[in-house]
Amino acid sequence: MKAKSRWVAGVVGMAMALSWAAGVFAPARAQAGTEPYKVGAVFAITGTASFLGEPEKKTAEMIAEEINAQGGINGHPLQLIIYDDESDATKSTLAVKKLIKTDQVPVIIGPTQSDASLAVAPIAEEAQVPLISCAASYKIVEPVSERRWVFKVAGSDKHVVGKMYDYMKAKGITKIGIMTASTGFGASGREELLRLAPEYGITVLADERYGPKDTDLTAQLTKMREAKVEAIVNWSVGPTQVLAVKAWRDLKMDNIPLYQSHGFGSRKNIELAGGAAEGVLLPLARVNVGPLLPDTQPQKKVIMAYTQAYEKKYNEPVSSFGGHAWDSLHLAVAALKAVGPDPAKIRDFLENTKGFVGQHGIFNFSPQDHNGLSKDDLEMVVVKNGDWALAPW
Amino acid sequence: MADIFHGAAWLQYALGGLTIGAIYALVALGYNIIYNVTEIINFAQGEFVMLGGLFGVFYYQTCGLPLGPALLAAVATVALVGLLLERYVIRRARHATVLSMIIVTIAFSILLKGGAMLAWGKDPYRLPPFSRSGAFLWHGVAVQPQALWVLGIGAVVVGALTVFFRTSFYGKAMLACADNADAARLTGIPVRTMVLLSFGLSAAVGAVAGVSICPITLMEYDRGALLGLKGFGAAVLGGLGQFYGALVAGIVLGLAESFCAGYVSSGYKDAVALVLLMLALFFKPEGLFGSKEAAGLKRF
Repeated sequence: MKAKSRWVAGVVGMAMALSWAAGVFAPARAQAGTEPYKVGAVFAITGTASFLGEPEKKTAEMIAEEINAQGGINGHPLQLIIYDDESDATKSTLAVKKLIKTDQVPVIIGPTQSDASLAVAPIAEEAQVPLISCAASYKIVEPVSERRWVFKVAGSDKHVVGKMYDYMKAKGITKIGIMTASTGFGASGREELLRLAPEYGITVLADERYGPKDTDLTAQLTKMREAKVEAIVNWSVGPTQVLAVKAWRDLKMDNIPLYQSHGFGSRKNIELAGGAAEGVLLPLARVNVGPLLPDTQPQKKVIMAYTQAYEKKYNEPVSSFGGHAWDSLHLAVAALKAVGPDPAKIRDFLENTKGFVGQHGIFNFSPQDHNGLSKDDLEMVVVKNGDWALAPW
Repeated sequence: MADIFHGAAWLQYALGGLTIGAIYALVALGYNIIYNVTEIINFAQGEFVMLGGLFGVFYYQTCGLPLGPALLAAVATVALVGLLLERYVIRRARHATVLSMIIVTIAFSILLKGGAMLAWGKDPYRLPPFSRSGAFLWHGVAVQPQALWVLGIGAVVVGALTVFFRTSFYGKAMLACADNADAARLTGIPVRTMVLLSFGLSAAVGAVAGVSICPITLMEYDRGALLGLKGFGAAVLGGLGQFYGALVAGIVLGLAESFCAGYVSSGYKDAVALVLLMLALFFKPEGLFGSKEAAGLKRF
């Protein structure tokens, strides 16, 4: 009996000695430049938001390959640890906890969706690990006092509305009608449309809401016409935004310009509208219109490089969402390159990053602004000959 | 001038309401066919509409058939799905209560929706309108030719079904099965075949609704549930089993929704349909056109 317990003690002692030795030797290996730099990622690769998470995952993997092929970050290979949250905020929190506790990553990119990002923000705060969300809600990074460790790379609705209202102002439009879907996306857009209108001297004469599965929007549009609005804003995703375009065209209302949210920014919507979308206006991130940008545009180079590499590798067009993954991962990589894998230093680096040229804009972070984008990072786009074109100001 | 313009808005709402109402009526007809023969309320009816639209897209775009044959093929395919539902699901559960079978149809609807999501993905699809001309103005009202197609098809289907059930041998035999299946069997009516036929016919009517609205509303995998619900509302409002009742109730529902969206707020639109349905159930549970006596004899 006694002999056995001594034997156990010996094994434990050996194990402890070995782990101590490993602890001592590990930094030595890192100095030799072989220790990988880890970046954690949580994307909605499957589930209802897979159309967002899939291009994000593909983009992140492509960038990691590129960086490692070029010799890594200061000689350290980039180790990307991606978890799928299955479009479920609960699984997102589990994935983030696992990245922090088990994988011990110094920086996390994602999650894909707003609700998941809001759920994981307090975890990142508590663990003091910087998190760069790919989702849009402004609540992810506000109030800044409670979001010291959380950043986001997707623009806010206020930027989209601001850009739209700037354009209307330039065109002398002061009376508008808005129609929004009764979903989270539509409700958030409606809030900003109503809140920002007075700042731009715009009056909202009609405010209509409809269900995300509605099959007919002619009544709402007829009401807009009755209210004698000078422009119509539709804010929804999915088939209703195409129905709005078709009804607007069928009612011969094309003398009243139709604005859509950035949710319309897929060529598929132009195809579905079958020619009815000509003249529809919307603000879009530059990553969606790379080839249209003038060569002097500072983002043109990175956007074209990403667009060509992605389309060559995956044989599908780039999307806004992949652009978010590009921005978040390259920010993380820039931080690792500058300050190494130290969470606190990465946070400080991100907060003070200025003039970072990304897919969605030129990021200027500050202690008050953890998003770093503005309405000037969007382009006003018009549908012309079945494709996007920059709208003439 | 202002007066004429006002008239245009009124007419525009009415036209929108008629179109959407005709769609509800077609869905309601599907419920009625199966109900008339089996007393089952088939909650997969909305999914038949969705499948009709998506198979139409499949045959037209993927297989490259001309529009007419593509639509017929879509209707035939969905009718086959209806037959399979009866033959391999409902018939196996034939000793269960009517209520259990209704729940089985809910399960089948979830299966169809999930299958459609895997097969077609989550994107919406569209078919070209049946006639090539675009929308035209009539008394200041924009009319889509496809809306006329939907109205016309709705009227033709109602007429044809009424004639079929009232005068044809098969139609009468199918009705007899609902009245008393045992007595029908004793008189030599093949009850199983009639039930099978009713599912096929009902699925076909759903698919007709699906292909005819697809050019107007687009179609995607999860559109069926809401259409099914509104159609069920129309079926109950018109009196379960009543074909003309379904047509009138469907159009009443569509008009009520459209006018509500136009004059009150589009936010309350869906509530209007459900409030109408509840009022009907409170004050005239047998529906606008059903007879109290007949309703008393039904199990469900």
